Amino acid sequence: MSPDMTEKHRIELVVNGRRHTAEVEPRTLLVDFLRDELGLKGTHIGCEHGVCGACTVLLDGRTIRSCTTFAVQAEGAHVGTVEGLADGPDLHPLQDEFWDKQALQCGFCTPAMLLTASELLERNPDPTPAQVREAVSGNLCRCTGYQFITEAVLAAAARMRAGEQTGAQA
Amino acid sequence: MTGRDRSGAPPVRTHKEERNWVGKSIRRVEDPKFLRGRGGYIADLVTPWTLHAAVLRSPYAHARIVAIDTTAAEALDGVHAVITGAQAAELTDPMPDFGPDPANHTWRCLAVDKVRYVGEGVAIAVADSRYLAEDALGLIEVEYEPLPAVVDPEAALADGSALVHETLGSNCAYERTFDFGEVDRDFAEADLVVRDRLRWHRSGGQPLETVGAIADFDHATGQVTIDTNSLSFTSYLFMVAGTLRIPANKLDIRPVPAGGSFGSKLFATKPAVIAAMCSRVAGRPVVYLEDRIDNMSNCDHHGSDRIYEVELAVMRDGTLRGIKIDTIDDYGAYIQFGVGHHGNALAQVTGPYKIGSVRYRVRAVLTNKNQQGAYRGFGSEVNNWMLEQMVDKAARELGMDPVQIRRRNFIQPSDFPYFVPTGNVYDSGNYGAVLDEALKLADYDRWRAEQAKARDEGRYIGVGLISAQERSVFSATEFWFWFDEPGAPVTSMPESVTLKVDATGGITATLYSCAFWGNSPETMVAQLVAEEFDCDPHAVSVVYQGSKNGLPATGPGGSRTTVMLAGAVEGATAKIKAKALRTAAHLLEADPDDLKWVDGGFQVKGVPEQRKSLADIAVVLHLFKHSLPEDVESGLEECKVYDHPYTTMPSSDRKDLGVFYPFMGHACHVPVVEVDVETGAVTFLAYAAVHDCGTLVNPRSLAGHIVGGTAQGIGTALHEEFVYDADGQLLSSSFLDYQIPTAMEVPALAIGHAETPSPYTPHGIKGGGEGGRMMAPAAVNAAVNDALAPLGVRLTELPMTPERILTALRASPGRAL
Repeated sequence: MSPDMTEKHRIELVVNGRRHTAEVEPRTLLVDFLRDELGLKGTHIGCEHGVCGACTVLLDGRTIRSCTTFAVQAEGAHVGTVEGLADGPDLHPLQDEFWDKQALQCGFCTPAMLLTASELLERNPDPTPAQVREAVSGNLCRCTGYQFITEAVLAAAARMRAGEQTGAQA
Repeated sequence: MTGRDRSGAPPVRTHKEERNWVGKSIRRVEDPKFLRGRGGYIADLVTPWTLHAAVLRSPYAHARIVAIDTTAAEALDGVHAVITGAQAAELTDPMPDFGPDPANHTWRCLAVDKVRYVGEGVAIAVADSRYLAEDALGLIEVEYEPLPAVVDPEAALADGSALVHETLGSNCAYERTFDFGEVDRDFAEADLVVRDRLRWHRSGGQPLETVGAIADFDHATGQVTIDTNSLSFTSYLFMVAGTLRIPANKLDIRPVPAGGSFGSKLFATKPAVIAAMCSRVAGRPVVYLEDRIDNMSNCDHHGSDRIYEVELAVMRDGTLRGIKIDTIDDYGAYIQFGVGHHGNALAQVTGPYKIGSVRYRVRAVLTNKNQQGAYRGFGSEVNNWMLEQMVDKAARELGMDPVQIRRRNFIQPSDFPYFVPTGNVYDSGNYGAVLDEALKLADYDRWRAEQAKARDEGRYIGVGLISAQERSVFSATEFWFWFDEPGAPVTSMPESVTLKVDATGGITATLYSCAFWGNSPETMVAQLVAEEFDCDPHAVSVVYQGSKNGLPATGPGGSRTTVMLAGAVEGATAKIKAKALRTAAHLLEADPDDLKWVDGGFQVKGVPEQRKSLADIAVVLHLFKHSLPEDVESGLEECKVYDHPYTTMPSSDRKDLGVFYPFMGHACHVPVVEVDVETGAVTFLAYAAVHDCGTLVNPRSLAGHIVGGTAQGIGTALHEEFVYDADGQLLSSSFLDYQIPTAMEVPALAIGHAETPSPYTPHGIKGGGEGGRMMAPAAVNAAVNDALAPLGVRLTELPMTPERILTALRASPGRAL
């Protein structure tokens, strides 16, 4: 391994509204940085090749795969993870509807699914079922068959259109 | 069948009519932590002090290991140990293996002299981080001498084939033919024999979380602690201690929630063995967590891979008389669970039909592929597909409607309990009612009209209809009835629960097999406890105990969890209530016979103000010993080991396998598809599914299993395949090539529930966890075949990829392309 691979780089970024500075190797993946350096274990590693979407986080408001993004690429960015969704004891409407509709079974894809859905509702507060399915089609769920996920996103969208708080997400 | 020995049946139960919690779609008690990203999966438990193991994998399907040089890897900074297969064989014994002849197809945690499939481990690096461990793998030099790969399972049986295991002397690990009933008579009397060759290729569970373990081998105490997302068959974990060469009472395997399993984490002990071996060498805790390629190529849990030659004896009026099944199953390089997959098939081999005789020949073949393990259905879903294909083909040859031929052959409600030719019993069912409901839900007649209209327009719409079984709650006998002289004819397959009522009346349930892995054991137990004690299920606390101090348990598999936990909860509750009753009677100075349980406490019959709540009773039992009769012990905690409620022994000639899978669920699936004959693409237009799993505990959870299982079944039917090329290379070793259905491939289902309670289980519950995957492959295949019927095309091979559909169309005389 060449020395420039182990030489650490200083990065500064905002995660769920909190500013962090850290020294990271250039090859450190963003997902490993979030999990191992910041202790944010809600971002999961499913395939490590950018297909399953379990590692999805928000980078400056847009969903990205944190398993194919280096931590140094998040320099200066605002990163949102599932830990930023709930406001203390209060679940985000998406989380609450996922619970109510049983839109999760094993829960492994859930944090990423929630973030992908939040991005959709930011862009389109009143999606059709087909639009929800298309929006989450980059996130694999092996348990649910997506039906209750779709129902939950639609139910949360209705609550959010009615003015419900959307949590503490940065 | 008549004349079966019905002794051994448990008493028929009377179920209570009104239930407060069983049957309600409450929010799952497991979910809040997962919604917040605080699931506590195995990867989340890794500490900075933990070392990381990574495994070097064989690039060859079949090769001798000539030499391994680990010098450079060991010299890398941050590397703590490098272990080759030969060294691993000095540190560990072979893996736990339930196969037919383990000494002749020995399976170890790493390959020793030769590799037997692409992805088999040859060496391990242990380092400060996973990054460094993988760097070290890149520095290990392995010299291989490639051997001819054994890939095609039929060729593997031919004389002169290369051998996967030389000591076995052939590539056939097991062969036997069973006859049940009067097969020759039924075929001699048949008006028609329907024949087919069918091919089911291998797929797998592929949960989004891989298998992993964190082990701490403590040299000071000799204690080995392993946290893992695969803890099952708790009673058999002494075998893991054997592999690690430690006393069984020094091993504690602790359950951690799993990010999905679908069978693929069933007794997945290799990562635990690897982590423990590495920890022993490194003297520190070690995590071994598969990456995706590890899991896809080396998980030991690929699904069934079968070739069928089938003959179905049929009468002109559509009566199904007998079936001859000859199947070759490609098990891969090892055969850890033996041919248990075919036991699952034999439990329901004749489906919901009165087929009177069965000849079942199975040949288990070893090839240079990752070995089979468990995938939702465990081989019975393959049988469902085979049987429904044959019934549809019979209907086509007889000019009958698929609904009509099924109705003609259904076992009727008055026939239960019904013994099938293999000796297994179906406890209860109402197949006609499920079919009626499915036809209604599917709007079947309208779709038949749409189909006719579409055909006039040159479009190919197909309506699939299948009726099939979901056996639940297996017995131990299916592990050994294969052999006339089994090595270990075990008969226990229990599940246990401890209930503790604390001094405030709060209830904690302790479970003893694997933690949550996507099913809902905590919700099930909470609802069952709430039903017994009239409390809020969300107030019930559920915890998991590790193996060392655990009670006997088996864990999920064969859709057994809810039924078995219900039995254990019922038994523990009875003990708690007996003690509480005695205490309440003492405190109320009443005769116990004059008390009854009402709304969370005991009260004097007819005098409701004379009562003690569970909390009143519990506080006395915990804190006021001297207020109790002298022989009453302090505390209120009871456990129940619930053994399998209905098992009978196989006959010595194996013409009757006994009762081994008695609680029989049933479903009818009706998908509607359109096939694009230019591209081979299949699009869903509608999908209806009606399941009968007896009494429902949480209907929405069961619906989730139906939809999720159907999505997996659609993957099996259309998309997913572990493809090995002629050299044994695994071509689909990423999610780019192994295509799991996305939200765009899975239709919205119309779901219906029927409830035919089991007469033998608490509340009448049957298992339903394998859900839609038992049915969907057969149903989708039927729909595609129905669509292409005007072209004279039938697909007989899964998955029905666009390429296979186009190939079938090109070969069809009905269509010139």
